Amino acid sequence: MERRELYYVVSKPGSFEEVGIVSTGMKAGLEKMGVEGSLVRRVAVICFEAEMNLVLYTTRGGNIRVVVDPERIDVFVQDDGPGMENVEKALQPGYSTAPMWIHELGFGAGMGLPNIKRNSDVFEIKSELGKGTFIHAVVFRRRDAA
Amino acid sequence: MLLKELMDRVGLELVTTGVDIQGMEVKWAYTSDLLSDVMASAREGDLWLTIQRHLNIVAVAKLKDLAGVVLAKGISPSPEVASKAEEEGIPLFISQFPLFELSGKLYELLGGEDGP
Repeated sequence: MERRELYYVVSKPGSFEEVGIVSTGMKAGLEKMGVEGSLVRRVAVICFEAEMNLVLYTTRGGNIRVVVDPERIDVFVQDDGPGMENVEKALQPGYSTAPMWIHELGFGAGMGLPNIKRNSDVFEIKSELGKGTFIHAVVFRRRDAA
Repeated sequence: MLLKELMDRVGLELVTTGVDIQGMEVKWAYTSDLLSDVMASAREGDLWLTIQRHLNIVAVAKLKDLAGVVLAKGISPSPEVASKAEEEGIPLFISQFPLFELSGKLYELLGGEDGP
């Protein structure tokens, strides 16, 4: 199988109703490419949490790019602000800066980044206040590729 | 257990009548109202019990390949949620029981301590 790419722009919608559209589209795309079911679910979790973060916390949204090749699946998430003050804290399960109304919708549990990290074989995050956040997550398709 | 049998024994009301649940199996269930918690801990084929009723429950069920979603306490979904679930092929149910009682009933029916 050759290298394939899925690219989505996540804009900030007026309501949360739209969250999930990008990740469900991404999941359908991966299934069509014949990616193994358990790996599709892991990438789906990564994309869903990334999509929620872009919608809930960024200034203007961002983009998600998924690159699929026979050995690995790379997920790149990029936004242009506002960036995080403390990445380490954001990676702690349960840490959240979300206001109450977001909690009431079932979001903001402080599990987004931990969920991304847990489902990744390689996880990289860079964030700069005022600039934005970049995430790179890798899911290996073959055990020997790890 | 077959989803249909479980539905009949617990008295679940199927909202998405266009979704064919014949032959669908359910092994276990997961109760939570936090989407990220379901993303983290529900397993493929689980039935999801919740009182969360907004549109994103369909996406979560779809992304995790869940067997379906049961809204507890008689909570009925909006027409948008129902039609989205129908469109995605996610069985959506309503139960009149509150979450604790509903969870207890399913726990027993699905094997209790001997569950998966």
